[in-house]
Amino acid sequence: MMLSEAMVNPSLQNPGEGSPEVQLIRRVQDGERELFYELVRPYERRVYSTAFAILRNEADAEDAAQEALLKAFKHIRQFRAEARFSTWLIQIVVNEARMRLRRVRADLIEPIDDRTSEEGNYTPRDFADWREIPSETAERNEIRERLLAALASLGEKYREVFVLRDVQHLSIDETAKALGITTASVKTRLLRARLMLRDLLAPGLGGSWSSRLSFVKGNKPW
Amino acid sequence: MVVTCEEVWREISNYIEQEVDPDLRAAMEEHFRQCKHCTAVLDGTRNVIQLYGDERLLEVPAGFSGRLRRRLEQEMPAPRGNAWGWMVAVAAAALIVIGGVAGRSSAFNTPLRSEHAKPALVAVPADMMVVVADDGKTFHAAGCPFIHDKAHQRTIAAGEAIREGYTPCMRCMRKYLQLSTLAPAHGNDADDSVNRRSGF
Repeated sequence: MMLSEAMVNPSLQNPGEGSPEVQLIRRVQDGERELFYELVRPYERRVYSTAFAILRNEADAEDAAQEALLKAFKHIRQFRAEARFSTWLIQIVVNEARMRLRRVRADLIEPIDDRTSEEGNYTPRDFADWREIPSETAERNEIRERLLAALASLGEKYREVFVLRDVQHLSIDETAKALGITTASVKTRLLRARLMLRDLLAPGLGGSWSSRLSFVKGNKPW
Repeated sequence: MVVTCEEVWREISNYIEQEVDPDLRAAMEEHFRQCKHCTAVLDGTRNVIQLYGDERLLEVPAGFSGRLRRRLEQEMPAPRGNAWGWMVAVAAAALIVIGGVAGRSSAFNTPLRSEHAKPALVAVPADMMVVVADDGKTFHAAGCPFIHDKAHQRTIAAGEAIREGYTPCMRCMRKYLQLSTLAPAHGNDADDSVNRRSGF
């Protein structure tokens, strides 16, 4: 199963051999279970936002995050010190959230972008001039909600990649490992995700619309 | 080297990541100087990355940490194979039950509720009231946060709990696990009024 594969094959090298985190992991593996929370506390936000990116719902994301961390604890002895703990955790969260999504998929209307092939080029739909970003943007609920709504409208495979790379700042390689896909796929999906989000957000947040330009959509000057 | 708008869009993400070779980079920069639409796409894409990269965007809900911690405490299985557990296991063969917790009953033959439980030394007063849960494997002092299923707990005497196959909680019953008073691992079985094997 995906979960056990993820736990047996965390393949990134851990740069922090002998670090406090590695020592903490060993102590938890040796039975000091009360230290587990201390071990995962720095990753709370990362675990939650990964689950949220896939499930698009706060309550489901929180439950999936908790469940994933319990699974991580249960299988902590399968974690190998040469792997990166954060990537191992994210793999478990991704699998937990994906599993939940599959369970309810029949009831969901799949976002249109999941039905399209990622092969082929993505053509920007809007060319609003968006040089400035609103000040204190992330603090403004209205804009925050708009950003989250735009993200939620993307297909699952684009949300996953975008959140791991651009929200959580994982490297391309880490993102690929966490999701079990190639780095080439990460790059392709990331490009699409970024361009789709720009199309969704530029007209409003840029403060100008493509109608200001000398052409209209579908009648591009090239 | 000249690039078209389509080529620019295809590489714009790699361009931002600085993962295009110098020739292509120079060609794209030249293109941006002449094409305001591709410049708009570039600016907008950078803005997207900047906006979503703000850590305030996806914060954990209020109370998340507390709820997570409580669930971990409630659901984490009893430790096994740890240093403490092994110390207990080493002493397993000679079991001391102070106060006749098990008496001369058939408690020692009771199957353990946990397949991972190991016989050990227990010094819990037989008449001490403890809490068990029907689907749990351990008995606890009242109020112990590690009671497995709080909805179906009951209070019984420690001796009864051991006869039913429950084992002491390693947390709240720790003070009763008196390793310092251990008898030799083997050899005292004859005097089972003092040394008894309990279901631990």
